[in-house]
Amino acid sequence: MRLTCPLCGERDRREFYYYGAEDFLRRPEAEAPLADWDNYLHLRDNPAGVTRDLWYHEAGCSQWLLVTRNTVTHEISGVELVAERKA
Amino acid sequence: MPELIAKSALEGQTVTLGTVTLAEVDVGPITSIAVFPGGAKAVAKGLKVLGLAMPEPNGFAEKKGARIVWMGRDQAFLTGVAALALEGAAVTDQSDGWTVLAVTGTGAVDALARLVPLDLRLLVFPVGRAVRTQANHMNVVILRSGDYAFEIMVFRSMARTAWHEIDTAMQMLAARAGTKF
Amino acid sequence: MRIDGKGLVDRTKPVRFRFDGKDYAGYKGDTLASALLANDVRLVGRSFKYHRPRGVLTAGSEEPNALVEVIGASNQTPNVRATVQEVFEGLVTQSQNRLGSLKYDLLAVNDYLAPFLSAGFYYKTFMWPRAFWEGLYEPIIRRAAGLGSLSGRHDEGTYEKAFAFCDVLVIGSGPAGLMAALTAGRAGADVILCEESHALGGRLLSDPQTIGGMAAGDWVAQVVAELNALPNVRIMTRTTVTGAYDNGTYGALERVGLHKPARPNLPRECFWRIVAPHAVLASGALERPVAFENNDRPGIMMASAVRTYLNRYGVSPGKRVTLFANTDAARATARDLMAAGITVAAIIDPRPDASAVGDCPVHVGAEVVGSRGRLGLSGIQVRKGSEIIEIETDCLAMSGGWNPTIHLTCHMNGRPRWDEELAAFVPMEGAVPGLVAVGAANGSMSTHGALATGQAAALKMVEALGRKVSVPLPEAEDAPYRLKALWAVEGTGRAWLDFANDVTTKDVKLAAQEGYASVEHMKRYTTQGMAPDQGKNSNVAALAVLADATGRGIPETGTTTFRPPYVPVSIAALGAGGRAEGFAPQRFLTSDQASRDRHAPMIEAGLWYRPSYFPKPGETTWREACDREVNMVRQAVGVADVSTLGKIDIQGKDAGRFLDFVYTNTFSTLPVGRVRYGLMLREDGLVLDDGTSARLGEDHYLMTTTTAAAGLVMRHLDFVHQAFCADWQVRFISVTESWAQFAVAGPKARALVNSFLETPVDLPFMGVAPVRIGGVDGRLFRISFSGEEGYELAVPTRYGEALFRDLLARAETMGGGPYGMEALNVLRIEKGFITHAEIHGRVTAYDIGMEKMVSAKKDCIGKAAATRPGMWGPEREQLVGLKAQAPISAGAHLFVPGQEVHRETDQGYVTSVCWSPTVGAWLGLGFLKDGRARIGEKIRLVDHLRGLDVICEVTGPVFHDPEGEKLRA
Repeated sequence: MRLTCPLCGERDRREFYYYGAEDFLRRPEAEAPLADWDNYLHLRDNPAGVTRDLWYHEAGCSQWLLVTRNTVTHEISGVELVAERKA
Repeated sequence: MPELIAKSALEGQTVTLGTVTLAEVDVGPITSIAVFPGGAKAVAKGLKVLGLAMPEPNGFAEKKGARIVWMGRDQAFLTGVAALALEGAAVTDQSDGWTVLAVTGTGAVDALARLVPLDLRLLVFPVGRAVRTQANHMNVVILRSGDYAFEIMVFRSMARTAWHEIDTAMQMLAARAGTKF
Repeated sequence: MRIDGKGLVDRTKPVRFRFDGKDYAGYKGDTLASALLANDVRLVGRSFKYHRPRGVLTAGSEEPNALVEVIGASNQTPNVRATVQEVFEGLVTQSQNRLGSLKYDLLAVNDYLAPFLSAGFYYKTFMWPRAFWEGLYEPIIRRAAGLGSLSGRHDEGTYEKAFAFCDVLVIGSGPAGLMAALTAGRAGADVILCEESHALGGRLLSDPQTIGGMAAGDWVAQVVAELNALPNVRIMTRTTVTGAYDNGTYGALERVGLHKPARPNLPRECFWRIVAPHAVLASGALERPVAFENNDRPGIMMASAVRTYLNRYGVSPGKRVTLFANTDAARATARDLMAAGITVAAIIDPRPDASAVGDCPVHVGAEVVGSRGRLGLSGIQVRKGSEIIEIETDCLAMSGGWNPTIHLTCHMNGRPRWDEELAAFVPMEGAVPGLVAVGAANGSMSTHGALATGQAAALKMVEALGRKVSVPLPEAEDAPYRLKALWAVEGTGRAWLDFANDVTTKDVKLAAQEGYASVEHMKRYTTQGMAPDQGKNSNVAALAVLADATGRGIPETGTTTFRPPYVPVSIAALGAGGRAEGFAPQRFLTSDQASRDRHAPMIEAGLWYRPSYFPKPGETTWREACDREVNMVRQAVGVADVSTLGKIDIQGKDAGRFLDFVYTNTFSTLPVGRVRYGLMLREDGLVLDDGTSARLGEDHYLMTTTTAAAGLVMRHLDFVHQAFCADWQVRFISVTESWAQFAVAGPKARALVNSFLETPVDLPFMGVAPVRIGGVDGRLFRISFSGEEGYELAVPTRYGEALFRDLLARAETMGGGPYGMEALNVLRIEKGFITHAEIHGRVTAYDIGMEKMVSAKKDCIGKAAATRPGMWGPEREQLVGLKAQAPISAGAHLFVPGQEVHRETDQGYVTSVCWSPTVGAWLGLGFLKDGRARIGEKIRLVDHLRGLDVICEVTGPVFHDPEGEKLRA
């Protein structure tokens, strides 16, 4: 598997650390109800199809990446920097 | 008390095997420049004194012994010259954190291909390239300083492992070359 | 038998080798199989289950029978295919899977027990009585299972791994592969051409014909010469592409040194990871056997293999050959044999409409129904209509048609398509993005088809790469491929499908009959396709038999899943570079040599090597050295290298704000020149790490992490920064490697430190100041991990060794010296300081008594989750101290004295222990339910593993100087 880091270019999968779903980017407000925190921390979808998840270019530029990929076809349709993400 | 004696990790060691030479080299001071949000203009102004600018991703540039190496998003290493005070950036001394190994010779690409999961063909990875990647299990910075010349920056504490691994790759290459068929 | 004037082996280079203790001669260019056949050795192995005598079946890597052991100086490799292993001077091999000699294998008795050993017999036989499972059945099964044997010694061989990149990867060098490589190469594309064999050409080396008006061999030589001259083409012989993976990544195994005597540093194998946006699969096709009674005798071979041995190796596998084939192409084998002077006793062609013309007897519409010859074929029985003809023969060349070698196209879950005309599976287009199958691999069975499709695919790739080229297509044979599918001949005896795993047509029918009608179930029930050849010779025929037995068609029956690797890959090759020093980087301190000079045993702490203790003359145990070092620190002064702690330089106007966000407590209020202990949580409320952070300037902090979590913390900080506050004025970078840092601890620490400073400083506890040491700018921290007055002195790493040696020399004049990890651990346990033994990923700030450090005034990572129910309260296990007068252990569990010891009564567990020379007792840190309320109670410590059962006193976690007077002195 290869990922194209927006900064470093196409790299072997071994340079990256996998973290989890993009949900981790949507941190609730400090005072949010516990249910929101539970959802944020623990509840995840397991889609057969397009998913967005977080990878860390640990052996590269140290940037966190938001990867859009298909769990069925393995197609990777987008990689963007978490620090410069659009939404 | 007496002056403290400085020592590099590999004390300037060098070895040649077949068409590849491996050597520890001294690149002088290393200074990290990490630009703050909104600090780009001030940094550009500061670097102008050296005739340098923040490098493009995966590249390095040189001017009169000073070299600026891309290290990440809005981040670069200035090497070969003393640190300079810069507005708009976090400036951190990294001189002692790294060991630099020069891998040179016509077989240099073949030796590195044993360790580095990266396309190092000259067309794809020309002189002036600087990338952060890995060599076996170590994070490294690789610069192409010539058609047959690379500089590998590795954490100082891992210098002996880096040496061992490149040397092992060189030995296997030399053994391959030494057989007829 | 060697045939003069035939073959491509080098007759000027004889090679001696050994098989089963006997010396033989072959030539350079021979495989072990061709050299053995040249020496009339037909019996080369025993089958897996029935121990039937077996000979060479094929001439390629798909060989199921001729598996041997290759014996080296320091290793023994089992299951080496004799058809792949090249002979070299001094090669030593032996047959495998036998008890006794190859001729008189005692386990051949299994063959007579065959009626009891049909598919699934072990599921049925070894069920009862239950008492026999472990004592009787398991040893028997283990003895019988597996093929070949190992040396039992560590494999000291050299293995290599490497990465390669190209524009076009060509897999296979038959006519299709050569044409593709030539086209892409001439266009200037970067090409890698992988060929499994040692010579390029594929079937062109075996099948004499004309290409572009010249002999095929000359055409191959001409193309290879041109490819060799092109700088943009890399030819990798002896390299099998083993797998296709995501995003244009391919695995390939190169046999580097297996065909020559071992020499130092020469890799045996190299595992390549090749990345290519375009790949041409020109892997050809595999000829398939026909199942008939006793079709597994030595001497019964694939027709194409017979032709290969004759034309490529100059060897005839028999003196009186018969041919049993259902295609026109197979007839060429008979013609070549006769031209070489070999008798062809008969051609048996099951097609009723086939040509009966030949220079030998031809039986059209006939089938081979049986064979004889215990250790080698001596005759066959042929059924023609109602008549049975007996024919004397020592070699039967059989062909049931060809299966395109489509494996790689299925490695990413692609399913092949059934082609009725070819009676074979062909690749589904686009199954592996970027990979295009051509030639026989795609069902184009003629040489012209191979050349044309190879070129067409390459042209498309070249175009996609923005290049142009025009290469004339040479003329070649384009005969139609006429075939009548024939999988198994009707009969009552055992007819083999899977030679390697001894699976017969009966087994497959039995599977269907017993309900294992799905192909995946049949495979597992019969073990068909699960041998080293992975069903290359048997999958399609087994499917056909299953389809027939279940009354379905082959397309409905479907195939099993093709998975990498295509050929067996040694684990050593896959893991090359990962053994010994290559397993993980070794990180060395600047004090490393100085510590070793003092005979300190080094222990691994993460990737670092740290001194365990510093033995003195007369000390015989580590405990003696450790106790002395602890007392030394408590009474005089000790020096330890603490450079392994993670150090992160954090700068910017928002640096304090950032620290407030990642730490539970507040750092933005820390005065410049001061240090504060900080606690870091994960977002789920559990403790991530702890350490001190110093404020070096208004916008400048230095964070310290534990050694163990340095990388983890960096990743965490990067995430928090990039995900939640990328626009803040803060940047940070690791400076762990930039500074050599030494702890100086003890009542005489201040005196020792000041003796080094150009200008002595009077630092308060938890203070930091820039200092000059021996002409060098450094930093001095007043922090303590021992409970004594403590300092940490930091200098740029290059001066580390010099400073360490100086510190030790001067400390020793004060009754002090170095202390190692053991003493460091005792000192911190005595003081109740935690490490990752305590903050092991399941404890909260509350558990370690630091809930007050979670600031109520601000948000921080982990705060919300830390306050949820269940993360605090008396039901939690809380950090306590334990004191005992007998040895105790980390990992032990805690129970109420007098209560039964089992999981339900478990009160907690122990994380760290030591003998404390300071307190004069065994001390421990651990977690006890509602522990803080139980201080003063007695608790029972039980460790079943180490046989400990000790009553301890529950105490607070701090045993030494609980008021901290020494720290602030």
